[in-house]
Amino acid sequence: MNARDSNNPATAPVVISSRADAVAPAAEVAEVRPATSVPPASPRAAGVSRFHESARAQVAGGATYIDDIPEVRGTLHAAPVCSNVPHGRLRGMDATAALAVHGVRGVFGASDIPGDPVLAAFAHDEPVFAGETVQFTGQVVAVVVADDVMTARRAARLVKLDIESLPAVLSVHEAHALESYVLPPVHVKRGDAAAALARAPRVLESTFEIGGQEHFYLEGQIAYVLPLEQNQWWVYSSTQHPGEVQHWVSHALGIDNHAVTVECRRMGGGFGGKETQAGHLAVWAAVASRKLQRPVKLRLDRDDDFMVTGKRHPFAYHYRVGFDETGLLCGLDLEMLVNCGFSADLSGPVADRAIFHADNAYFLEDVAISSYRCKTNTQSHTAFRGFGGPQGVIVIERILSDIARELGVDPLDVRLRNLYGIESRNVTHYQMKVEDNILEPLMTTLAGTSGYRQRREQITAWNAQSPVIKKGIALTPVKFGISFTATLFNQAGALVHVYTDGSVQVNHGGTEMGQGLNTKVAAIVADELGIPFERVLSTASDTSKVPNASATAASSGTDLNGRAAQFAARNVRDNLAAFVAGLDLCGAGAVKFEGGQVISPTATRTFEEVVHAAYANRIQLWSDGFYRTPKIHYDKTTLTGRPFYYFAYGAAVTEVAIDTLTGESRVLKVDILHDVGHSINPAIDIGQIEGGFVQGMGWLTTEQLVWNAKGYLATHAPSTYKIPATGDIPEHFKVDLWPEANREDNVHGSKAVGEPPFMLAISVFEALRDAVAQAGGRPQAMNAPGTAEEVLRATSSFAG
Amino acid sequence: MSTEISAQTLTFLRRGRPVTLDNVAPDRTLLEVLREDLHCTGTKEGCGEGDCGACTVVLGEAVDGRLEYRAINSCIRLAHSVEGLAVWTVEDLAGDDGELHPAQEAMVQCHGSQCGFCTPGFVMSLFGMYQNTKGGQGIDRPRAQADLSGNLCRCTGYRPILDAAQQMGDLPLPSGCGVNEAATVAALKALPNKKKEATTYLRPTALTELLQLRTAHPQAQVVAGCTDVGLWVTKMHKRFAQVLDVTAVRELRRVEAYPHHIAIGAAVTLTDAYAALVKERPQLKTFAQRFAGLPVRNSGTLGGNVANGSPIGDSMPLLIGLGASVVLMRWDAKRRAVAHRELLLEDLYTGYRTNVMHPDELLAWIKVPRPTAGEHFKAYKISKRFDDDISAVCLAIRTTVTNGVVLDVSVGAGGVAATPVRARQTEAALRGQSWTADTVMAAVAALRAEFQPISDMRASAAYRQTVLGNLLQRYWLESQGLQHINLDTLNAATLEALA
Repeated sequence: MNARDSNNPATAPVVISSRADAVAPAAEVAEVRPATSVPPASPRAAGVSRFHESARAQVAGGATYIDDIPEVRGTLHAAPVCSNVPHGRLRGMDATAALAVHGVRGVFGASDIPGDPVLAAFAHDEPVFAGETVQFTGQVVAVVVADDVMTARRAARLVKLDIESLPAVLSVHEAHALESYVLPPVHVKRGDAAAALARAPRVLESTFEIGGQEHFYLEGQIAYVLPLEQNQWWVYSSTQHPGEVQHWVSHALGIDNHAVTVECRRMGGGFGGKETQAGHLAVWAAVASRKLQRPVKLRLDRDDDFMVTGKRHPFAYHYRVGFDETGLLCGLDLEMLVNCGFSADLSGPVADRAIFHADNAYFLEDVAISSYRCKTNTQSHTAFRGFGGPQGVIVIERILSDIARELGVDPLDVRLRNLYGIESRNVTHYQMKVEDNILEPLMTTLAGTSGYRQRREQITAWNAQSPVIKKGIALTPVKFGISFTATLFNQAGALVHVYTDGSVQVNHGGTEMGQGLNTKVAAIVADELGIPFERVLSTASDTSKVPNASATAASSGTDLNGRAAQFAARNVRDNLAAFVAGLDLCGAGAVKFEGGQVISPTATRTFEEVVHAAYANRIQLWSDGFYRTPKIHYDKTTLTGRPFYYFAYGAAVTEVAIDTLTGESRVLKVDILHDVGHSINPAIDIGQIEGGFVQGMGWLTTEQLVWNAKGYLATHAPSTYKIPATGDIPEHFKVDLWPEANREDNVHGSKAVGEPPFMLAISVFEALRDAVAQAGGRPQAMNAPGTAEEVLRATSSFAG
Repeated sequence: MSTEISAQTLTFLRRGRPVTLDNVAPDRTLLEVLREDLHCTGTKEGCGEGDCGACTVVLGEAVDGRLEYRAINSCIRLAHSVEGLAVWTVEDLAGDDGELHPAQEAMVQCHGSQCGFCTPGFVMSLFGMYQNTKGGQGIDRPRAQADLSGNLCRCTGYRPILDAAQQMGDLPLPSGCGVNEAATVAALKALPNKKKEATTYLRPTALTELLQLRTAHPQAQVVAGCTDVGLWVTKMHKRFAQVLDVTAVRELRRVEAYPHHIAIGAAVTLTDAYAALVKERPQLKTFAQRFAGLPVRNSGTLGGNVANGSPIGDSMPLLIGLGASVVLMRWDAKRRAVAHRELLLEDLYTGYRTNVMHPDELLAWIKVPRPTAGEHFKAYKISKRFDDDISAVCLAIRTTVTNGVVLDVSVGAGGVAATPVRARQTEAALRGQSWTADTVMAAVAALRAEFQPISDMRASAAYRQTVLGNLLQRYWLESQGLQHINLDTLNAATLEALA
């Protein structure tokens, strides 16, 4: 890696760096400018660290979330009535006491659903409200509707459920033994793993378990449903997938999709937790709203949000891996038990992606993977940043570290030894050729800039004379496939409206959850029209503007919607170019749009002048745009094909310290080199990388979900469920961006960035295990998350 | 708001002007009033229990003619507790023409907001810091981390927010954004004193008055900073017809120093109480910072924490280890005088959240012995997360070793029984013994055997028992001069330097 931290954004190489510990912050990223300034003048809107389009509103309390929308007269508030047993037969419900409370307007359950009582989810296995059976503690049986929130919540506790308890399946092992699955098992094979293991010079066999993760979006789940005329509905939903909310609501109400409009201006965080889970709330509120013909808002209390909604899937693994004396993998037999909870939800594609990413960066020649989608009586686990990818990546990274320790060599060397090749050893176990492999140069560059090898030596020496505190270090890569594995979702639409004053609105099917999608899309549109960024306004996601949009998920928001918006803007530009070409008697291709001007070979006009004149000449000033990802195909029956358009790459070096008396740990230093292609907005991309890393760090350290023996989620609030706080951030936290453009034709040469950095945090877990090993403990016995208790268990003789 | 509970008027200062709300029930939260009654929706609810900081607002109080600023959690603060105070929300910082306050502008410039939902809370914590640091001067990274530990962000990974905290002091303060302190103090003074009208939310300002009200209204819910009682409202959905708030009582807001002890009034906030304890024993600085987050410490009181008596409350093991006692007071109607009694803190508790206090008694003072010559004192806290977490295990140990013999010892423990406890058997294993590794190992065994902790979501019983003993080992190692054996006191730089 060459020159970074340049102070001259105009001439600097495109490597952008963010150093948390740097005295002088990197240009463009963290530089403080006078209050009235805007980011550096650039002829283009993209490629520059523009501020988030809502930043100024957010810091002033002026950014509106669903609960902030002024309430329509007559608005009522709902609260859920939840099952208090994990599995049982629902014999009856007595709402007398609740209905007697002053201000309570009704209690609504399964019998109040005019349409299908089962949610319109893919597997069609999840009731809107629990009917004859309850399947987890926290399952919503009914909603109480009242004049105000607290009255509804108080009354909900007064509803008595008569439930006959049934045996509950609470562990994934129990479910597997009972063959209790939400979907059939999936087996992916290449070569002959059994034969390869039989002839492998060395074999390791192990088990491993990893916990789930609560999304902990700061804005809890919320929906606000308003009745319109003639059985039509307006739904405000904090959702990553307005189209699915629309579909689910219309399905439950038994009406056409066109009668339901869903709007979401922004979410207060999503992380996958508002992909399907938002739909439930909207349906519950809609059922109540229809019965009462009043607007109904349902905002979950944080504890209810924990109890009701799904989490990241916990996994359990059993594997046998063969390898030779050089650390080269030869044969892997991997079994994954996926805790899906009580229904399928998105568990199929999540479990599939875990299979797709069990290779991470490495060529698996003879491999057999079995994936069991276990049904348990817990919340229905759902999408969460990485979508099964992290659960695939972590197991192979664990395997390679353990092989290195077996052989007494640096884990980095074992990793490099097993990387995908360029000319050979370059086909994944699902038969996709890895064409854009930058793993080796990326990892060796990072090893160099971070001083990995010297530090490993220093750490060993340091540990030798430190009696209680031990340090560890790890470098782990990530290779993450970009595209929805369900090929049909890889499409997007957008609308670009140019108004007669030259201002522009862009609307697309994506949703803004903080990731800066609207900021990037506005920059793309501004560049396409050659106008300043400030002239383009992004508006709320709205199913009546762009229909049938896919979820904003799979990191694909900008790839899909950015391109669709680019195409929409290009259509308008083409109209304007043709118009100017007619005026100036030149070819349309000779008309350029830049710097707010429209330049033909013979004349230069402002964009506004051209727009005004074009309108007067009845030229269409708005357009749609549509994009579908090329090249991808995938056979669901054989799990082979090219599910991903390209891969995003990255690597991280993490250094930790553990306390061998208590098991407590600290992340001391983190160096990241990550591939976002040509960044559309470096500050936003670095924000995604840092934020993803810290969220992953939380998953693997302090975020522990604990269900008690009765299937009750005991960690159901931030008092007991601990996401990283300010004090957990490493003192040294440095992020560099890989300078190369996406080798595939993607919008502005960029790559997707939402999910891949999450998996960089696996370096934290591997560094913890390295420290445990250096303390003379048993790293192979350590499960995730690596809480203090887990680290102490692996480090000492304490059995727990 | 449907309610049978009668309500009284509430007045506070906002943007330099009094805001008066009629008919605010005594158990409504400040956040509800801001969002529902004043329609100021900039302040967010993230968790409703004071753990995420999205609802942070800043309170201003005139103290000795100056304004004191405190960032607090509005979600668990009862609305009436801000009677007579100045309140700033995120909507109150920008100038009339929309110029952003440096706390806001720095967040924009540093890309400190992504989804933006935690942002108003962070901005208000930054504003509180700004006002308490002469315009954001001298804020280093540890200070920023400590003061923002009560604000959670799920998007950014915090680095840009910490940058904003450190850089806001370099930004110009637009003319419309500054706080006119003198005018605010004057305006606070000019607010009407409505104490006499109070019926449902009683907030006396004198100790005698407080005790008399307690006798007269035994059914009233006693509150201090409400950082626990607030959750009874938001999470347990309790209702209070009448509230007796101790936080305005002048006498109880003082920390008084005596030759052999300091006395901390029951209405002293955790922030101020811990500052007093750290002043006496600087080694408690980290422990103090790890008690909840700053907004909770700014509202909650040490007296409330002690009276509440949660088995995992962190101040009690500390205070028991220090040999603290409590003073209980009541109004003796016959003698027409204040009666009081004093007992050791560990004797206050009788069981899980039960204590020896009579219905008319209030906890008034906490008396903490001052350091003695030869005293060695350490307090350890083990929790899943370093900051803003409740301990799985807490251990506080004080020894006085003379001529190699343990003359005096006190050990307080938390998270191991139904109440905070004194580890008497462990003390017995140490007292009078020579201070040697053998003695300590015997005491470690005694400590592990002394309690039968439970397994719960924070830790297993086995872990708690193991670590209790290990912490005593750490105390021994530290007493032998071993450095750098505690992550709490190490950072990357010192870890590096060791090598």
